[in-house]
Amino acid sequence: MQAVNASPSREPVTVPEIEVVNDFSIHVATVNGSGSQSSNLVLLRALFEMGIPVSGKNLFPSNIAGLPTWYTIRASKFGFTGRKKEVDFLVAMNPQTAHEDVQSLEPGRAVVYDEPLGLDALRNDLSFYPVPFDPITAAVCPQPKLRKLVRNMVYDGVLAALLDIEMEEIRKGIEKQFATKPKAAELNWNAARAGFDWASENLAKRDPYRLERMDGNKGKIIVEGNAAAALGAVFGGVSVITWYPITPSSSLAEAAQGYLNRFRIDESTGKATFAVVQAEDELASIGMAIGAGWAGARAMTTTAGPGVSLMSEFVGLAHFAEIPVVLIDVQRMGPSTGLPTRTSQGDFLSAATLSHGDTFHPMLIPATPEECFEFGAKAFDVAERLQTPVFVMLDLDLGMNYWTADKFDYPDWDIDRGKVLSEEDIERLQGDWGRYRDVDGDGIAYRTTPGNRHPQAAYFARGTGHDEDANYSEREGDWIRNMDRIQKKMAGARKWLPEPVIEDGPKARVALVAAGTSHEAVREARSQLRLEYGFETAYCRVRGWPFSHATEKFIAEHDHVYVVDQNRDGQLRTLLRRQFPAIHDHLRSVCYYGGMPLDARTITDAIVEREEL
Amino acid sequence: MSTATATRAKAPVSNRIGLGLEPYRGLKTTLCAGCGHNSISERIVECFFEMGIDPTQVIKLSGIGCSSKSPAYFLSMSHGFNSVHGRMPAVATGAMLANKQLLALGVSGDGDTASIGLGQFVHMMRRNVPIVYIIEDNGCYGLTKGQFSATANLGSTAKSGIANDLPPIDTCGLAVQLGATFVARSFSGDKKQLQSILKAALAHRGTAVLDVVSPCVTFNDHVGSTKSYKYVRENKVPLQSIGFVPHFEEIHLQEDFAPGTVHEVEMHDGSMLRLEKLEEDYDPTSRLTALDRIELATEQGQILTGVLYVSTDQPSFTEILNLDDVPLAQLGQDRLRPPKSALDTVMEELA
Ligand SMILES: Cc1ncc(C[n+]2csc(CCOP(=O)(O)OP(=O)(O)O)c2C)c(N)n1
Ligand code: SF4
Ligand SMILES: [Mg+2]
Repeated sequence: MQAVNASPSREPVTVPEIEVVNDFSIHVATVNGSGSQSSNLVLLRALFEMGIPVSGKNLFPSNIAGLPTWYTIRASKFGFTGRKKEVDFLVAMNPQTAHEDVQSLEPGRAVVYDEPLGLDALRNDLSFYPVPFDPITAAVCPQPKLRKLVRNMVYDGVLAALLDIEMEEIRKGIEKQFATKPKAAELNWNAARAGFDWASENLAKRDPYRLERMDGNKGKIIVEGNAAAALGAVFGGVSVITWYPITPSSSLAEAAQGYLNRFRIDESTGKATFAVVQAEDELASIGMAIGAGWAGARAMTTTAGPGVSLMSEFVGLAHFAEIPVVLIDVQRMGPSTGLPTRTSQGDFLSAATLSHGDTFHPMLIPATPEECFEFGAKAFDVAERLQTPVFVMLDLDLGMNYWTADKFDYPDWDIDRGKVLSEEDIERLQGDWGRYRDVDGDGIAYRTTPGNRHPQAAYFARGTGHDEDANYSEREGDWIRNMDRIQKKMAGARKWLPEPVIEDGPKARVALVAAGTSHEAVREARSQLRLEYGFETAYCRVRGWPFSHATEKFIAEHDHVYVVDQNRDGQLRTLLRRQFPAIHDHLRSVCYYGGMPLDARTITDAIVEREEL
Repeated sequence: MSTATATRAKAPVSNRIGLGLEPYRGLKTTLCAGCGHNSISERIVECFFEMGIDPTQVIKLSGIGCSSKSPAYFLSMSHGFNSVHGRMPAVATGAMLANKQLLALGVSGDGDTASIGLGQFVHMMRRNVPIVYIIEDNGCYGLTKGQFSATANLGSTAKSGIANDLPPIDTCGLAVQLGATFVARSFSGDKKQLQSILKAALAHRGTAVLDVVSPCVTFNDHVGSTKSYKYVRENKVPLQSIGFVPHFEEIHLQEDFAPGTVHEVEMHDGSMLRLEKLEEDYDPTSRLTALDRIELATEQGQILTGVLYVSTDQPSFTEILNLDDVPLAQLGQDRLRPPKSALDTVMEELA
């Protein structure tokens, strides 16, 4: 995959021999709060519209303004849109980090930088393109106050000139970005145009990187996982959303609110078929969601690790009182406040058994925006079917970054409200029902919801010990029977969860197991292992917990199974070991926990080393 | 006190919706004999019965504590939820979002409300969640064996003789300040007053906070406790004598009471709350007056009882959220899942 010959001796750059087309990364270093997000999105969109498979990842600090931030765009004609560890094309706009950014580049890479930074003195094995951003901006933006806002758009023009990005797409991108502000659109277009003109006249191309139109994005959309999951919830029929702001989950609740306002206000009455409540904290947001789930709403809350920790006691109550509720956990790096704007898969273990006592919560783990949408909708069916809290595990990389995806399919299944008894049902049963009786032998009992008018419909939900009819009980036998029934119910949970996606071949002795956003990196790592080392691997991507029998069979069939985790302790592997103790010795671990979106090389290198390739 | 209502209580054959007293009762109490909480449960049974409230449309919720156990001892025909310590307000809020047609009755303790649950209590009131929220206030943690709670008065002693050295939180003062739209204080031993207040609260739409001093006979009913039966009987100051006429009774108020001594409040369902003033200038619709009188009583070591504050023109939380007429819990797939055209539009925008 290395298209440029790396030369460790740092030879001066000559004219490149090989072109690198549609397969490199652009890394923009700016200052947080400097308005670079618009320029980066316009760039991303232009590449997307040129049909090039692309992803955009925001590597940002926990800060509103002033700290360094990076935006990394990956163009890949092969469709690998995970993060690329190596930076190919650097745009150095931030004096604070410019030196370090330049020093960390591999030889042969290219740098566009703000001329006064004088970065070309640092190394002689890179292609440097100094650009006088201030005078270029000043010429097209007479008002000094606005210059800061459009200055970053100049680099879009410069990159367009250097990388052959179509200016027409930049223009369309700007129009979309500033759709409601035509004045701002014009100002930004002028800035981009000025950057393009200046670069065309003054810069001689000396690096190998180039973009060209292809046909990789037909029928595709570009979307953040949080928006996708929010849409999923809306089309899954959510009726109550409670939340408390926390990165990286806030934009999920906000997106949901936006879609609900558009699509779920009754046209004739102007009234809402939903409630969204920003609660006072996560203790309240989960409590409200549980109250709503108990009373028959399709309820969810969205949060991140610190919120999950606060929700612990309530989630135990909902598990034990058997109340449906959906929790979307957009994971970030912990423990504690940790790296609040960096990604991780650090909540698998805590979510799976959140709360004290013997608890167990099914998880759905999407890896793509399409799955965010699908699982965001299905989670409600699973929760209501199993009458229990269900976690949907996103992470910051998936939730807050832009991904290309296929258009989402309109749900082709009916909403499943699970086992709920109506007035007529109770009448038919002549009142002879019990909230926690295992009538069907699947451990799932029947419930009623408040407001049911039958005089024998009511039951008393409680976190204290209870018998089959929901009466308070401290009797040993009642307790054990109830705990065993819940265990039986959970053992059947996998039936309602998405099956793993397995790619296997006869030659593969070694396999990988991964979940969530590790997927992009694993796909690419498998390709690297095949192309660079001639090493075939099998792959099982789990999408739900408890794991399915297919996963167990897969692990049993392979000698070495590398479980990829984006946490230090191998949490996914721990869950596999817990569920499949007999085959735990097949499992090995590849753990990355640096907070960046996982890249393929990290996995490839680990397997090469362990397998002595 | 309406005599019509009082007569009904004596002849409980069946109420106006044709139910006898039984469906309003619950299981036999497991609380200590003489516990104030039991008296409150009895008043709940009577009031719901007498007002002819359909128990299937009631939800009864609680946190954790002796007080919070009591929902098992009344309204057996109502769905109940004994939740977690201090966080019943959130559960009740969520349930009312799911089904705004329900009538929510929350029972909490002073520990449950004023310590662990203070945040939730405050935000429930700020939202004006439609609920009748009863604090069974004994100044201590009954269930964990008598530790001081945050409503215990400064200097009040525990059974062991230890004096409380922190000032109390006045839940009614807090309620008036933070947006509750019906605030009252009563005493578990004052059957007549508690009944009237409870009935008025049930006719209210919005957060009705009832702080009911309810002695714990086991841990906090000794000399030195300011929440003992003896202390409360001696230091209780009623603010007004309260009459409540439910909307289904004929209302002839003006004729019975001389204007100027009676303050009438029309409740949401058309019932009349009639406050005969003992305090000459007490206006229950004024926040300032309410806070002033609560403070004054505290200074004098008195327990001011009665309806301290009422406001009937604030929108409740479910009104603020402009919820559909059909309870959210009862919406079908046709209303819950937007049409394919909606998804197509979004997909076009994202393409
Ligand atoms: C999270 C949590 N912490 C502590 C407890 C222990 N606990 C149970 S009841 C209670 C105090 C109850 O006091 P109050 O609400 O005044 O009720 P009372 O028993 O006095 O009626 C405490 C601290 C608990 N159940 N949950
Ligand atoms: S311990 Fe106190 S509060 Fe609890 S039941 Fe007994 S008397 Fe009532
Ligand atoms: Mg108490």
